[in-house]
Amino acid sequence: MTTDMLAPSLDLTALRAQFPILSREINGHPLVFLDSAASSQRPLRVLDRMDRYYREQHANVHRGAHQLSVEATEAFEGARRIIASHLGANEPAEIVFTRGTTEAINLVASSWGSKFVGAGDEIVITKMEHHSNFVPWQLLAERTGATIRFVDVTPDGLLDLDDLDRLLLGRPKIVAFMHVSNSLGTINPVAEIVRRAQAAGALTLVDGAQAAPHLKIDVAELGCDFYAISGHKMCGPTGAGALWARRELLEQMPPYQGGGEMISEVTMAGSTWAAVPHKFEAGTPNIAGVVGFGEAVRFLTDVGFDAIAAHEAEITAYALERLTNVDGLTLYGPRENKTSVFSFSYLDIHPHDLSTILDQRGIAIRAGNHCNQPLMDHFGINATARASFYLYNSREEVDMLVDGLAMAAKVFCHIS
Amino acid sequence: MTDSPKKPRTADREIPASLDSLYQEVILDHYRRPQNKSALDDATHTITMSNPLCGDVIELLLRVEDSKIAEACFLGRGCSISQASVSMLTNRIAGKTLEEATEISAKFTQLLHGDDTLLTDPALGDLRALAGVSKFPVRIKCALLGWNCLEELVETGPTSVGPAE
Repeated sequence: MTTDMLAPSLDLTALRAQFPILSREINGHPLVFLDSAASSQRPLRVLDRMDRYYREQHANVHRGAHQLSVEATEAFEGARRIIASHLGANEPAEIVFTRGTTEAINLVASSWGSKFVGAGDEIVITKMEHHSNFVPWQLLAERTGATIRFVDVTPDGLLDLDDLDRLLLGRPKIVAFMHVSNSLGTINPVAEIVRRAQAAGALTLVDGAQAAPHLKIDVAELGCDFYAISGHKMCGPTGAGALWARRELLEQMPPYQGGGEMISEVTMAGSTWAAVPHKFEAGTPNIAGVVGFGEAVRFLTDVGFDAIAAHEAEITAYALERLTNVDGLTLYGPRENKTSVFSFSYLDIHPHDLSTILDQRGIAIRAGNHCNQPLMDHFGINATARASFYLYNSREEVDMLVDGLAMAAKVFCHIS
Repeated sequence: MTDSPKKPRTADREIPASLDSLYQEVILDHYRRPQNKSALDDATHTITMSNPLCGDVIELLLRVEDSKIAEACFLGRGCSISQASVSMLTNRIAGKTLEEATEISAKFTQLLHGDDTLLTDPALGDLRALAGVSKFPVRIKCALLGWNCLEELVETGPTSVGPAE
């Protein structure tokens, strides 16, 4: 990504003013929130939308003939239309609401997996995956006797596509992988991986949790079969996410959970299922959360994904420049074609100690394995510090991080 | 090694007092040059515990003879607080009975939960340098990982079990 192209600009001061939490002080310092890859913050209009839903529009959805139920249903289904259009789905019915990416992947592994994966079948995932795209497949493999194969990661933190080709010779049923790495920021070549997987007869599931907050997604262009996202990583509330899948796939898949809303007819002898997507949405859904999720996507669309990408590219270039000049700092992952997330080690200071020290300056970073234990093992480390920047972060916050690192060096008696 | 629990390392005004008291020299010293960090071939008690959230892992190994802890060693990895704490633990419990070690563990836990009366308790020795952890609640579990190993070992008894006593 370059910063010298003519890109739509973003009024950072006005944008930050829309996020109430960003005016907080932490330990006597203005909050510097560099942990959006774990969960982003949300603007006032998302909070207001959920508040208005509860104050003025709440009733159960798809059930009552009364006015409120109609309004609640319209708000809920309106969010489905927004998210369907955001992902480039053919129709809103291809969007199944879940609690988040994790549940979306579990839904596929559990429902599609139980019908289409059996003993001796192969499942391909990658060593880069978040535990949420790891463990559901392990559970499926344990249940069915299928085997999981792992695509290797290069020393630069990229997926090894030659290794993928080798694993595809085993004719796997599905290839499941992340669009963007949560710890390294690597943007994987989704369309290329999908092309190769399809040529080998495999379906593809893409974990989009770290991509959808930053990039305009078009599932038709990517060519995949399943795409999973979380609202809370893209300025929406926690507990609301979505699975996109082609209608014909959803129709072939058995229900994931049983209960109200997902049935067509229930008798003592058995039940029949509602049409997609409701077949997968048993029970009263997280209506307010979904409504807030829809508003968050509208907010990001209004800011503009081009403007967001340009702003983040600038922050990324600046952070790379500053961080690579810090003595004793080791950055993991690629230097280009990445999102604004940075995993690093610093001197002999353990990431938790670093996080504690930076927190005293109001700087929030993540420390640990980032639900990426296999990837950490791959790099021979057990934890890293991770700073992740989002649309509301500034160059000044990069400087504050670098200053904070200098203080950490002093606390650990590395006197320069 | 000093026995004094408070030792301001530097007058650097940039460093908040809370951090200064958390990362005392004695703690950084144990982190960088841990005591008794080695295998123990004739250990009678061994246990490994981890904190899955942060990846800290500690294996605690004891050789108990005549109901006293003749030797205590540890292996593992983690942050300065977890590593310094277990390093100090191995020094502090050597020569003690399991009951005495458990008492120290209880006092240390109380200290971390903010009981300042223990700051003058000689039984805790240089462990008092870790009192600053009480101001950082999320780090208490780091400081206690080695001690949780100890308490679990006392609870479960020898690893290579002989005939019941």
